[in-house]
Amino acid sequence: MDYEPVIGLEVHVQLATKTKLFCGCRTTFGAPPNSQTCPVCLGFPGVLPVLNKEVVELAILSAIALNCTINPYSRFSRKNYFYPDLPKAYQISQYDLPLAKDGWVEISSGGKIRKIGIIRVHLEEDAGKLIHEDSGSLVDYNRCGIPLIEIVSSPMLRSSQEAYEYLNALKDILRYLRVSDCNMEEGSLRCDANVSVREKDAEGFGTKTEVKNMNSFKAVKQALDYEISRQIDLLEKGRRVLQETRLWDERESRTHGMRTKEEAHDYRYFPEPDLVPLSINPEWVNKISKRLPELPKDRMNRFLKEYGLPEYDALVLTSSRDLADYYEECVRLYNQPKVISNWIMTELLALLKEDGIEITQVKIKPEHLISMLGLIDKGVISGKIAKDIIVHMFRTGKDPSLIVEEKGLVQITDEDEVSKVIDEVILENKKAVLEYKSGKTKVMGFLVGQVMKKTEGKANPQIVNKLLREKI
Amino acid sequence: MGITKEEVEYIARLARLEFDETEKEAFTHQLDKILEYVDKINELDTSHVQPSSHVIPLENVLREDNVKESLPRDLVLANAPKKERGYFKVPKVIE
Ligand SMILES: [Zn+2]
Repeated sequence: MDYEPVIGLEVHVQLATKTKLFCGCRTTFGAPPNSQTCPVCLGFPGVLPVLNKEVVELAILSAIALNCTINPYSRFSRKNYFYPDLPKAYQISQYDLPLAKDGWVEISSGGKIRKIGIIRVHLEEDAGKLIHEDSGSLVDYNRCGIPLIEIVSSPMLRSSQEAYEYLNALKDILRYLRVSDCNMEEGSLRCDANVSVREKDAEGFGTKTEVKNMNSFKAVKQALDYEISRQIDLLEKGRRVLQETRLWDERESRTHGMRTKEEAHDYRYFPEPDLVPLSINPEWVNKISKRLPELPKDRMNRFLKEYGLPEYDALVLTSSRDLADYYEECVRLYNQPKVISNWIMTELLALLKEDGIEITQVKIKPEHLISMLGLIDKGVISGKIAKDIIVHMFRTGKDPSLIVEEKGLVQITDEDEVSKVIDEVILENKKAVLEYKSGKTKVMGFLVGQVMKKTEGKANPQIVNKLLREKI
Repeated sequence: MGITKEEVEYIARLARLEFDETEKEAFTHQLDKILEYVDKINELDTSHVQPSSHVIPLENVLREDNVKESLPRDLVLANAPKKERGYFKVPKVIE
């Protein structure tokens, strides 16, 4: 029998504010445990939460970019449960009246564009962090009260690949908005998945499990693949899928059922009496939408049209807003979009990847990259030398002219000088010269290579070619 | 329709409260009375009244995203029955 998976994702994204959702504590990642806490986020009796305006605005901005309808009236609710990561014994969240609803994002799936529905976007506070040790559990409340938006997709993802694409689309958009850095390793993006399988093209849904504890995009894909085949396997054996929460175990590459008490899911939501409702009028939404940048898809399409780039280049260059900004700054300084794209795509991105850094941390300033291209144009350096120079620029952030001077990398364009080297090469490679004369013109490449080797790549290749042909 | 003893037991369990049989009986009765009293409101026709979750006519009480100094950590941990390396320490919880 043919089965198809039905996947819905719940994604929690940390909003990039300076302070927490309801108090002025910092949100700095990696601070010493419990150093960013106060009576409000520790849930002391008698304290009052006050909503952070920037949180609301970043959430509205996200909702607009995700094509959602902003609810003109929304409110907060208490979600009640006991766990040491939650000092108040309730989480302030949104329940019946979330901030926004009914949106979508586009993903490409099997060469086609699919719109994946977003059911809702709501605000909530994060809980603390637990570290389990043999002698007990350690609790750090720095994360407690960190602002999150939860983005709930409709269950219309049909493969782990689509789920992966959806997550990437979300990440790209939210990073463009500078709403979050969406770093799964640091916990600023987390993803839980609801998974079920059913006979292909069936109407209803199968029993679903909730899969948690994936800490990279790759892990989400792997966990979904595992869970889908586990469920199909059960059904094929005539057994049934148990509705439960399952944890992904990275080390064992499998999911484990989590033992939960039956009433664990009775959160007894009720309206948060300490916070007044949120009323968001169209004027406010309009004002915030002015902060909306050109989004990745639109920017990619513009790169294709305006700069005539291949689709792959446009896709890579617009994958992050900072990279696209960097590229466009270079193009503004030097109107050779394709040349610049080639240098960034092949050299610069390889260097970034090697060092595991982002374009924002790169030492090469756009004006330096451009002056390097200028040196090639003027024949001061060859393209080959430039590939060494860009590595030095990457390491030191120095001006390329300075590097050329310091390292003595100026191209040899003096014909007499090149000529001398060619004479040597001809003498040392008599056999190859004879082969060339007998019609094996391929040998030319070898001879040019020998000249370049002797000059440490500094000879101007056009001159080498010209003189070699004249001499043999 | 009244509150049952089972419901009282369920709510007590959710709230991590332990009651003996006499208390359970008493609370069943009392909760029942309270709900009966609140039920009185159903005698009114509220079909044209906007539901409200807050009694004060306020909305959008917001603060700017400005940092306020947190509590010094020794104060944060001052009342903790157990602490270790700057963390609160609790009996081991396994998910
Ligand atoms: Zn705080």
